[in-house]
Amino acid sequence: MEFLSQVAAVAWKDLRVEFRSREILYTMTFFAAMVLLIFSFAFVTREGVVLPDVIPGILWVAVAFSGTLGLSRAFDRERESDTMRGLLLAPCSRTAIFLGKAIGIATFILIVEIVVVPMTAVLFGAPLFDHAVPLVLILILATIGYSVVGSVFAAMLLRTRSRDVLLPVVLYPILVPLLIAGTKATAALLEGAGDPTAVADLDAAYFWIKFLAVYDMIFIATALWTFESLVIE
Amino acid sequence: MKQAMYFVFAGISVLLFFYTIDLIFYGTPLDAGLYFNQKIFYYHVPQAFVLFLAVIVAGVASLLYIKRRDGRYDDVAEAAGEVAVLFGAMMLVSGSIWGKAAWGVWWQWDARLTTSLLLWMLMVGYMLVRKYGGPSADRLAAGLAIFGAVNIPLVYFSVKIWRTLHPEASVVPGLQGSMRTTFWLSVLLFQIVFVLLLIARVGQSRIQRQVREVRERALDAGLLD
Repeated sequence: MEFLSQVAAVAWKDLRVEFRSREILYTMTFFAAMVLLIFSFAFVTREGVVLPDVIPGILWVAVAFSGTLGLSRAFDRERESDTMRGLLLAPCSRTAIFLGKAIGIATFILIVEIVVVPMTAVLFGAPLFDHAVPLVLILILATIGYSVVGSVFAAMLLRTRSRDVLLPVVLYPILVPLLIAGTKATAALLEGAGDPTAVADLDAAYFWIKFLAVYDMIFIATALWTFESLVIE
Repeated sequence: MKQAMYFVFAGISVLLFFYTIDLIFYGTPLDAGLYFNQKIFYYHVPQAFVLFLAVIVAGVASLLYIKRRDGRYDDVAEAAGEVAVLFGAMMLVSGSIWGKAAWGVWWQWDARLTTSLLLWMLMVGYMLVRKYGGPSADRLAAGLAIFGAVNIPLVYFSVKIWRTLHPEASVVPGLQGSMRTTFWLSVLLFQIVFVLLLIARVGQSRIQRQVREVRERALDAGLLD
């Protein structure tokens, strides 16, 4: 119980700092929207339509890219006035700090998704909300995995030189299964979009949702197990 | 004594190199379907074996480094990571050449190819962290190696389901006669080269680390500024 309140305290601190300045949320959302626009230059065909096959990719690249932006900024904040030291000195377990940070990041990414997913649906005419329940499951599970893995690496990078360039270098190779699963699950929901006789491949979508759940569990366990020894001093 | 052994094995690998080249071109029959192109297989597959072995060594060494905090494990991890990048690059290049000859394209998004490429990218990222991460990069690199090791089965599984185009049945157990001998000799050759490179590189990292430590101690003692 005490542990949970420590986690909540760390997460709430991050969210409060953010809701006062809204710096991370505004920049992340803007950047994600910009990624969508840049993709539209590449993928909108001469007839003015977008091939449905590329829409999941566009969505997940936008989420993945803006996520790193938020991650590095959220941890940079702790570095600026050396508050990370304060956090680590606080009388609570390191695991609680880690989980609190991860929850904060997950909230930022989810808020960005609330904007970006409808934008994708509207701008590219994708019937993303025909199957809202699996879509929400996919987004939540992928966001959890992303923020857990991201928080470990962003925390480790705090004391490293050239943090900002190294974060994507270390993060994306680990995120590959998550991005494949997210993209494929979204693609399964969009299967046969625009063709009234076709139906979405819900079995495939739920298969990837289960895969995402397994990915999350494995990496939450790995992160909890290694965080203490990886992020010290 | 140690050094003498090292040079003996280096000599053996040089001889084996010429011997396998001879075997590959004169001692093995031509493949029925691929003709001459199949010859690259004798080096391509051993390179892949070395890549995977080096990755395993780097992962285990990183785990030990995190648990025991002994710089010697870190030296091994660094050396194995570098060798993995080297052999991975050779594997990708030789594989592309073979792919162009056998399938008509340089690259296919097949499960095995994609997994190998991602593994190689992971190791390149690992080396980038080591090179540009600065003083506390060793811990970050170890963390990356552990997460990467956990990730490999997930990558393989997800890529396999995503791309089940090319369920290329394993050819290795079915090899016959001289092809079989030549193949395993090449594997042996590449494993020896791997171990030799690893030992040489570990020695180098150890000296670098010792220089670093001596320098830090001298700084602490006020002998340097």
